[in-house]
Amino acid sequence: MELISPTEFAKETVQTLEDYSILAGQSVASLFRYPRYFADMLQQADLIGVGSLPIVVLTGFFTGAVLALNSSTTLQRFGSLSLLGQLVSVGMVRELGPVLTGLMVAGRNSSGMASEIGSMVVTEQIDAMRALGTDPMKKLITPRVVSTVFMLFFLSIISDLLGLLGGGAVARFLLGMDSHQYWSTAWQALAFQDVFMGLVKPLLFGFIISTVGCYYGISARGGTQGVGRATTQAVVASSVFILLVDFFATKFLMAIFGYR
Amino acid sequence: MTAPPAEIVERVPSEQEAAGNVIVFENVSIAFEDKPALDGISFRLPKGECKAIFGVAGSGKSTILKLALGLLKPDDGHIYVLGEDVTQMSEDALFEIRRKVGIVFQESALFDSLTVRENVAFRLLEEGDIPDAEVERRVREALSFVELEHTLDKFPSELSGGMRRRVAIARAIITEPEVLLYDSPTGGLDPVTSTTIIQLIVKQRDVYKTSSLLVTHRLQDAFIMATHYFDRTANEMRPLPPGSRAEIPMGFLILRDGKVIFDGSAHELAQSKDEYIREYIS
Repeated sequence: MELISPTEFAKETVQTLEDYSILAGQSVASLFRYPRYFADMLQQADLIGVGSLPIVVLTGFFTGAVLALNSSTTLQRFGSLSLLGQLVSVGMVRELGPVLTGLMVAGRNSSGMASEIGSMVVTEQIDAMRALGTDPMKKLITPRVVSTVFMLFFLSIISDLLGLLGGGAVARFLLGMDSHQYWSTAWQALAFQDVFMGLVKPLLFGFIISTVGCYYGISARGGTQGVGRATTQAVVASSVFILLVDFFATKFLMAIFGYR
Repeated sequence: MTAPPAEIVERVPSEQEAAGNVIVFENVSIAFEDKPALDGISFRLPKGECKAIFGVAGSGKSTILKLALGLLKPDDGHIYVLGEDVTQMSEDALFEIRRKVGIVFQESALFDSLTVRENVAFRLLEEGDIPDAEVERRVREALSFVELEHTLDKFPSELSGGMRRRVAIARAIITEPEVLLYDSPTGGLDPVTSTTIIQLIVKQRDVYKTSSLLVTHRLQDAFIMATHYFDRTANEMRPLPPGSRAEIPMGFLILRDGKVIFDGSAHELAQSKDEYIREYIS
């Protein structure tokens, strides 16, 4: 691995952040400029949303199930097993549903975007597109950003619901709890703030997944090796970025809603 | 099976072309990672002429084409395309200029997820206001020009290298551009396929009078272009009768170390006393 000086590293980092910010800004600005590629948005929504459904369903269900299983021993120790529904619903809706869905979709789609756009860059297809009078930002990046934000919102809701079902299955079949009790505590525990928090996060995560994936794709250099590197970087960066933003978004929203 | 020859319709030159040069480079310099690729080069592409650009690998030949299209911005100097200074234009304004300029990339750069039909029609479909029947007619016309009408529903990966180059030419000419840029259109192809491509370029030059820049490593391709013309009646390329070489609108430009060391006709090139040029063309 090539060693670079701290100054060079700092310069490169600042340059990367600047380029990423410009791409992210332009991807939003392009929404308000013609032409708009609705057909491409629909196609991407299908690829990202419908295509990610199986992994989101499985992740959501088993996360809820394992959350219920792990929490049950602690709750039983305090004689509070009846609060299991509350714990699973708040945990899934506020945190685990959006974050795990985000991470799963990042692994699947951020890498896909980086490799697809990266391949187009190294085979001059992006230059060809510009040469043919089409703005790759409007044609390739904005549709991916819009579709990912839109679909991740609904995928997170599905994940939350499947997580609750998974927790419910464990409560009913493994712990012998009454289903009605589980569902009523799960329902009653959810306040507007929890749902709001759980629905805002997928919007942020969807934006991160798509812009990071597209950024690494469009910055790919150096042939197939460069595309491979861009793909890996996209998954790592989007996953870390999601976890960082999750912390700060949670802190910010808790402050707004007056949580202690 | 060979498709029937396309009906030939002569294009009327634009006012900008009539005014003189279609492409002008004025003291253009560009460097990549502090290494100069082009160092203050200047040249002109007159209307209707084809200028072949030579130079060793890495001498900045392809960079010239990307600069002319505004895909790259020079560090210094000015580039005028159809009378507009592309070095001063925003990306949005450049899209207007690019509609009048066609380019054939080195490796074709066809969109691999689109069929031949969609690739060739790309520019028309992006314009959005052209009826489907008209798009289909023009796609077939462009593909018949390169004799590949039968490949409409194939994907680029199903075509040979030479066929991909021909599809790229069809994609470049579908909007009848005023200028064409060819980036090593015969690179990596066998001699027979190369001659087919050169014939298409000569046809575009002589029949449609399209101005063009041709980047190539193959000197023989440019000399064929300088010594042949396209016979419309026979629909094929033919050698010029002896003594009529000056009638061919063909120029040569040689780059060395980022500078232009020769800019002139085939005759001037053959008469050059420069040692490097003599060695290059020998």
